[in-house]
Amino acid sequence: MARYKGRGMASINYPIGMNLGGDPSQALIHSNPDGKFTVALSAIDLGQGMKQVTRQVAAETLGVPIEDVYVDTADSDTGPHDMGSFASRGTHRMGNAVIAAAREARGVLLEAAAEELEVNAADLVTDGRGNIHVRGAPSRSITVRATAQAAQFKQGKTIAGRGIFLVPLSAVDAETGEMNPNTAFAHACLVADVEVDDETGEVTLLGITSAYELGRALNPKMVEQQLVGGAWMGQSHALYETPEPYYPNPDHGPRDFNEYLMPGPGDIAPYSVSVLERPAPDGPFGGKGPGEMCANPVLPAVANAVFNAVGVRVDELPITPEKVLRGIRAIGGANPQTRRGG
Amino acid sequence: MAKIPVQFRLNNSDRATFAEAADNLLTTLRRGLNEFGPKYGCGQGACGVCTVLIDGEPQLACLTLTVACEGRHVETVSGMADGPNMHPLQNAFMDNFAAQCGFCTPGMLMAARALLDRNPNPTREDVVEAIAGNICRCTGYEPIIAAILAAAGARGEKRA
Repeated sequence: MARYKGRGMASINYPIGMNLGGDPSQALIHSNPDGKFTVALSAIDLGQGMKQVTRQVAAETLGVPIEDVYVDTADSDTGPHDMGSFASRGTHRMGNAVIAAAREARGVLLEAAAEELEVNAADLVTDGRGNIHVRGAPSRSITVRATAQAAQFKQGKTIAGRGIFLVPLSAVDAETGEMNPNTAFAHACLVADVEVDDETGEVTLLGITSAYELGRALNPKMVEQQLVGGAWMGQSHALYETPEPYYPNPDHGPRDFNEYLMPGPGDIAPYSVSVLERPAPDGPFGGKGPGEMCANPVLPAVANAVFNAVGVRVDELPITPEKVLRGIRAIGGANPQTRRGG
Repeated sequence: MAKIPVQFRLNNSDRATFAEAADNLLTTLRRGLNEFGPKYGCGQGACGVCTVLIDGEPQLACLTLTVACEGRHVETVSGMADGPNMHPLQNAFMDNFAAQCGFCTPGMLMAARALLDRNPNPTREDVVEAIAGNICRCTGYEPIIAAILAAAGARGEKRA
């Protein structure tokens, strides 16, 4: 009886967005009388950072401080339509919609400022700190706040913007089956190191090393965090989680957190992430977004690592000790595979 | 059934309420006292999001009878900050991005506080053990462990 080490690798191309009748997202932005802006989205922040990225993108496009942008994602009754937070589409689709809305709002903002300063709007620039001034003449200046108040109370203008980003439906070519549903692909390569006990069938994850190419990381710290958390989900899907552990009778399935197996804080493995940034031409400031691909490559990499360790190809997830032991018995004992490199 | 009067300290202020004999502390806090720091997760002691401190010890509010808290001190995440100054653990959670959706955070913070109160210099293993009863579905635990170690002033090796 022994413990065998194995290494597995997986590479993925991951499509951003989806193709069910087209893939639109909308955003509405308006200024408040205090010179701050509210972005209304129906996209939901599940903790992945949609609000933060929306604030960054809106503030950058509007030319105002990030703390002056509020994001309201709370209500699909009052917000503009969105397909939703899934398919790793949030940053890319919603980010582009936010840029479109912010550009329109910025246009009105500069027009209102131009009227107050009695200059041409085309000559105005923002300093990102809440001021608008004439290009090359910082003293000819007005605050965003004063502009918003002038627009509201004096000029009778609405400083607002509408934005939509639509990837139209891609029809399938009847002859070739060809279609082009996605505008952006992200990429990743992930290596998993495991140890397999041929007596218990237990698979221990020893470490993960990955490289992700996901466009520009609009918020590098949140990207890293999403990758780390997503890898845990991948580990969980690969080795633990299933609604049917003792099939075929679904009555034996887990019904709550007591019975649903997941890795705890003591089961996680060291994870080294490298993020490669190749800004996407059609992404908001080059962003594509990590999304589901944080978890995806962990599954095949772990399966490959188990094969590398004991020669057992488990093709149904999760890779439970029972499946590993049955596999080892079927091939007459652990059969470690050759390992290239270190 | 007659309601039973109960008095206990909640985050350093005296509170009085009425509870059924079988009411659990989580229900009393959220429905009776408008204290929404502890979350309702599983209701059976498996997820840890309702973790509170009772006389300094981490307890699951969903498994604690309200009447058993008579005369004791119940602390929730709402009492962690000192006025406008957040608790070092709260700052460390922010600095280390230890919350994504945030649902587990109140329980994690209480479990972590109980740990640091009794062991100011925990090892990584101590931290893992302290939060083993708290489920997180977003972060992969690593940022939370890092935050707690950072708050303790310990320099945790990166994912070591």
